[in-house]
Formats: sequence, C-alpha cells, structure tokens
Amino acid sequence: MTRPLLDVRDLHVIFRIHSQAAMPWTKPRSLYAVNGVNFTLNQGETLGIVGESGSGKSTLARALIGLADATGKAEWIDGKDLIAMSPRQMMKYRSDIQMVFQDPLASLNPRMTVGQIIAEPLITHRPGLRKAEVKERVKAMMEKVGLLPNQINRYPHEFSGGQCQRIGIARALIVEPKLIICDEPVSALDVSIQAQVINLLIRLQRELGLSLIFIAHDLSVVKHISDRVMVLYLGKVMEIASSTDLYSAPQHPYTQALLSAVPVPDPDFDPTNTVVPLHGELPSPFNPPSGCVFRTRCPRAQARCASEVPLLLGNDQQVACHFPGPLTAAEIARARQSEVA
Amino acid sequence: MQSLASTMVEHEVKGRSPWADARKRFVRNKAAMFGLCILIFVVLFAIFGNWIAVWSNEELDFNVMGQVATMGQPSIENGHYFGTDDLGRDLFSRTVQGTQISLMVGVVGAAIAVIAGTLYGATAGYIGGRTDQLMMRAVDILMSIPYMFVLILLLVMFGRSIAMLFLGIGLISWLDMSRIVRGQTLSLKNREFIEAARATGVSTWKIIIRHIVPNLLGVVAVYATLLVPLMILTESFISFLGLGVQEPLTSWGALISEGSKTMAYGTLWQLAFPLFFFVITLFGFFFVGDGLRDALDPKER
Repeated sequence: MTRPLLDVRDLHVIFRIHSQAAMPWTKPRSLYAVNGVNFTLNQGETLGIVGESGSGKSTLARALIGLADATGKAEWIDGKDLIAMSPRQMMKYRSDIQMVFQDPLASLNPRMTVGQIIAEPLITHRPGLRKAEVKERVKAMMEKVGLLPNQINRYPHEFSGGQCQRIGIARALIVEPKLIICDEPVSALDVSIQAQVINLLIRLQRELGLSLIFIAHDLSVVKHISDRVMVLYLGKVMEIASSTDLYSAPQHPYTQALLSAVPVPDPDFDPTNTVVPLHGELPSPFNPPSGCVFRTRCPRAQARCASEVPLLLGNDQQVACHFPGPLTAAEIARARQSEVA
Repeated sequence: MQSLASTMVEHEVKGRSPWADARKRFVRNKAAMFGLCILIFVVLFAIFGNWIAVWSNEELDFNVMGQVATMGQPSIENGHYFGTDDLGRDLFSRTVQGTQISLMVGVVGAAIAVIAGTLYGATAGYIGGRTDQLMMRAVDILMSIPYMFVLILLLVMFGRSIAMLFLGIGLISWLDMSRIVRGQTLSLKNREFIEAARATGVSTWKIIIRHIVPNLLGVVAVYATLLVPLMILTESFISFLGLGVQEPLTSWGALISEGSKTMAYGTLWQLAFPLFFFVITLFGFFFVGDGLRDALDPKER
C-alpha cells in the first residue's frame, strides 16, 4: 500500500485555562479539546469529520495547520512530523496545507481587494513572482472557482456569501496545495448556495487531485462529499469508516444516535421509534469521564465502560466501543423511557 | 448586446472600497463639511496670510507706540487689519505667525500620537500575553504621572524652547492612542481573516501592517482629529502660563494671554482676533472629527 498523505497518531490539544480572578501562582486548568485522535488520510481522498459542538472538530483542524499547539504525531507523506516542526520548517509545508473557513465574509480582510486577498498566499510563498504574473494567476484562479476575473478590484463587501466562499477557496488553491482543510465551509450559507460550493469543491478536487478534510455538523452534506467519515465526541474518535458503511451500518451507539437525529424531509415520517434520544449535555472537557467518554449518555453503558478506555479497533470500519453493534428496539425504547422520566 | 457582454467581461470593474464609502458619507454630512471649510480657511490663512500683511511681525509702528488704545485700532488705511499689540507690532501678522505655530504643535503632536501610539498598541495587542502586560503597564505608569507638572518642569529645567515643547507634548500624546488601538486590535486579532493569514504563514509584522493597521485606521483617524485640538489647547495653556512659545515667536495661547492682560485698557481687539481663530479652529476640528466618526463607523448610528 502507498503511504498516506497524512498519518495522525495520538494527537492531543490541551488548552491551559487561567480563570479570570485566579492568583498568578495558581495552576491553570486543562481543557482537553482533542484527546488522542488517530486517523490516516490518503491522497485524493475526502475525510469528513462530524460531531456535535465542542467535540473538537475545529481544534483538530487548527492543530493540523499549526494554529493551535498540539502534542502527538502528524506525519506528512514525506515522513516529516508536522507537529514537531518549528514555525520556520513549517513554512515549507504551509503551502501544501491550506484552509477554508466557516464565515465567508469574516475570513476576508474588508480593506483588501479580492485580487490582493487571493494573491496573499502566493506572494508569501513565491516571493520571486513578478506582479503581472501574480495577477495573471489570480485571474486564472478566479475563473476556475467561478468568479468573473474582471472583478479583481472589488472588495469583499460587494460579494454575496457564496461568492465570498469562492474567494476563500481561490485563496486556498492559489499555492497548489495537496490538502485543503474545510472548517464548516457551508454552515453559514443558504442550502442552494451550499450545493454550489460543495459541487465546486468536488469538481476542483477531481481536477487537481486534492485531498480534503471536510468538517461539518450537517451529516447529509458530509455523506455527499466524503469518501470516509470520522465521528468525534469530546475530543476522541468514536468511529471511522467509509461513508457508505458508516451511514448504512453504524456500529457505535453514538454514531447511531447522531444519524437517527438527521431530519428526514418527509412530512409523513414518524421519528418516534427510530430516533435515539441522548440525555443531558456534553460532559465538561475539563474533566472528561473515565473509561469511554460517551458512557454518561450511552444507552448501552455498563460497568466495564467506566473502567476501561475502549480502543479504536477494526480494519475498514474502526469503532471505539466495548459493545459495538446496532442498537436493538428494546434499547431505544428504554432510552426513550428514561428520557420521559 | 454581444459586444456589451464581452466588454463587461474584459473591463476590470473598479471596486468601491470601504474608504470610498466613508468619503461619500462624510461629504454628505453638512456639519462636517462646514468644519472642513473652516479648517481649510484657517490653514490658508496660516500659509498665505503673510502675503496680505503690510507689516512684518517684528516691525514696530512708531506712530502707534504709546497710544495703542487710540491709534492702534484695526483699520485698513494704515495696514493694521487687526490693529496692533501693546508694543505697536502688527497684530495681523502676529496672528498669522501664532496660527502657524499652534497648528504645527497640534499636527506634530497628533502625528507622533498616531505613529507611535498605533504601532505600540497594535504590537502589544496582537502579540498579547506577557509582552502585552509589560507594554501596557508601562503605559499605565506613564499615564499616572501628572503630565502638566512634568511638562512645566521640563520647560523650566531645559529652557523654554519650541523643541522642548514638541518633545513634552509628544511624550504624552501617544498614551491614550496606544490604549485605544490595543483594544481595537484585541477585537480584531481573533477574526477569521487574521487566522487565515496566520495559517498561510504570513509573518507577524506583516499581519500587523497589512491586516491589523488598515482596519484600525478608521478609529485612529477619528481620534487623531480630536487629538489635534487637544494638543493646541495644551500648548495654549502652557503658553498662557508664559512657559511655552517665547518671543519673538508667538502662538494663539501667547497672543490670547497678552490680549487678556490689556483687556481693561480698551484694546479688546488684541484679545478678540486670536481668540476668534482659536475658537473656530477648535470647532472645525471637532465637527470634522464627529463627521469622520459617523462616516467610518456607520454601524454605530
């Protein structure tokens, strides 16, 4: 088998939080945002990352691109560890990994023209280019993402949300990266615009042979775009599988609960017997539960789940659960009853 | 139709920058435009006033000397448009000179504040952490010093020169500015476009210059226009005390001080003319500052 483009092993991101009124000598509390994540990403592949708010999706992305301090290993295709690199060494790889952000307008500097915005990575990484050539490339890229090249001198506030996201994509693509991390790129857009942007991403990926890490909380969008999907919960991987396997036969109880909550666009559909209710809130990341982090809300939790951390096991469909498998109707009914009580 | 479409595609559309928007809003603001006209008038007066003046600011008019109250009134005939001062010097050219000095003090003070304060505040705010703490505590300490007292001491110890006055005003003027800029930077630095630049690997210094400072300029411009009159006021106060600008140079504060001393002897013009220019300039700056704030911050209305 060929080497994966990115091989992430045991990635942790821990934020040290000083409470506001604390004395300078008190120890900061640790927030475990990403808590031991493993995955691989092959060339040309799209990995979807899903999970509820606070599950560490964005932090994982920020750690990979060097915006958050992480520990662990993230091996690039050439065998170099991205996490251990100094900022100077990282510079070489920054043009290989680019990012598309969530809020299209906020991710563009309002005082710069579109041309300047798209050109910024280019002039940072290829300082030798002549101005005319930079402009030429920017225009070509604008055309590629479906913007009119003659609007190069316009400002971000003169564009719609979807167009702004295209500008963001153009900025990411201009340095010919191998990997693009999309941090909820369509959450802030209309449904119809979402489809346009996603199809654009798929088309560009095919043309340029890109790998994508696609973060979203919209499960149907992730299903549409991803080859494989990773489910995160409280900074830990619950399940990784190919998109078809994960959606047709989810093994982890959390994945099943998540998938059952996807709204079905059918007014006659009765969710009563299929939706798996989850109780309570996400546990505090300051003090994650012992053993399996999901046990506090799991309809199948047992004594073993509290004492033993489940490992991510399996070949193609990897699950981190002591008791994987589809939930039975009885278990769903029990979960529903305890919710009422 | 075909040709229209093709020319539309070929022609680069000119963008409407946030600055152009602000300019439009500013031009529509009547009070601000009025203030701007006043300021232009005062500046023209300072630059070209000497061309109109018949007398230089150093000449003594011996016809008037000793009987200023009766002979030194403003008159077109003898060329003393604004009358003469107590020694028989032409008040018109004295006012021109005072305007030059006062405007210069104001603009230089504000310029120091803009450059030093912006860079200092943006650096502290963007780097954050311990550096920020150290830099801003230094500002706090400097601010806690009663600056008027220090300024007076400086002028007394090192002699009353205009350079010392600039130095004194420059030392204090940037402190407020750096605080304002730091606050703005803190709110800017977690915006996504800054993160995007960081993720691309743009250096810290370039992020400050290319992304932070242009987005701060609105606030800075507003505060700077309000700072100019403040500087003029400070200088006038110092000069009024007799410590600022020294003879043969003069400033509005010095002229007003002289005028107020002779108020009781029926030479009211000696106070009125410098005071008039002083007041309209302050009004002008405040109107323009208000207009700029409305133009650059349309959300806050």
